[in-house]
Amino acid sequence: MSPILFWIFVAVMLFFGGMVVLNRSPVGSALSLVVSFLALAALYVSLDAYFIGVIQILVYAGAVMVLFLFIIMLLDLRAESRRRVNFPAVCGGFVVIILFIKVLSEVCYSFEGGNAKFPPISQGPQGDVWHVGMILFQQYNVPLQVVGTLILVASIGVVILSKRVLK
Amino acid sequence: MVSLNDYLIASGLLFAIGFAGVLLRRNVIIIFMALELMLNAANLSLVGFSRYNVHDGLPDYNGQVLVFFIITVAAAEVTVGLAIIVALFRARQTTHVEDINTLKF
Repeated sequence: MSPILFWIFVAVMLFFGGMVVLNRSPVGSALSLVVSFLALAALYVSLDAYFIGVIQILVYAGAVMVLFLFIIMLLDLRAESRRRVNFPAVCGGFVVIILFIKVLSEVCYSFEGGNAKFPPISQGPQGDVWHVGMILFQQYNVPLQVVGTLILVASIGVVILSKRVLK
Repeated sequence: MVSLNDYLIASGLLFAIGFAGVLLRRNVIIIFMALELMLNAANLSLVGFSRYNVHDGLPDYNGQVLVFFIITVAAAEVTVGLAIIVALFRARQTTHVEDINTLKF
């Protein structure tokens, strides 16, 4: 991917990520998060991870965000009124964030191999999904079953949690 | 030329935005969305390292499988979390974290 496209998608991702935090209305935040996830999916595609990019759009931008919007509209949340912020907590948080970015940039720029061009790859005629599927169903078969069970447990738990009276 | 460091910086900035969201916002649903941003930042760095670590002309697919599992678990987490928020809203008629501090010491 050309550097211009990369930086455009990074800018879109970070701008709409910031809008999630800054937007006062919850619906606006949720829609900004969808755009941020779409730009992130484009970055996955730029890393030749086509399967993950498609999953990102289908699961995150599709299912999860529709669930968020559904809950926001179900609860009928208004735009948040301005309240007094907890000043020491916010200051502490910004100190932590600035230190985190400083450490990250120092680690990145002392990591010599990180500035090299990505090595070329050839995925062959099968493509990306074939390789991920093979490794998922052979090497990671048991974790895949466990995650399936986890989703079953989560869906049963959601039904029980949303019952009005627990017996 | 785009290198691994650029992806790591982008991922770190996204993580910082999510962290700022968790600290600054007082609405449980917005805090939850900021948590999703932080999870996605971790996913971006995982996919970046997977593409960087090339064996025999193929990227390291272990990283992408881990991202697949993270997305699956995050989807389960979102359903359970939103169900808890709905139950909380029924009990208290609020999603503001400062109104839900009974357990605060």
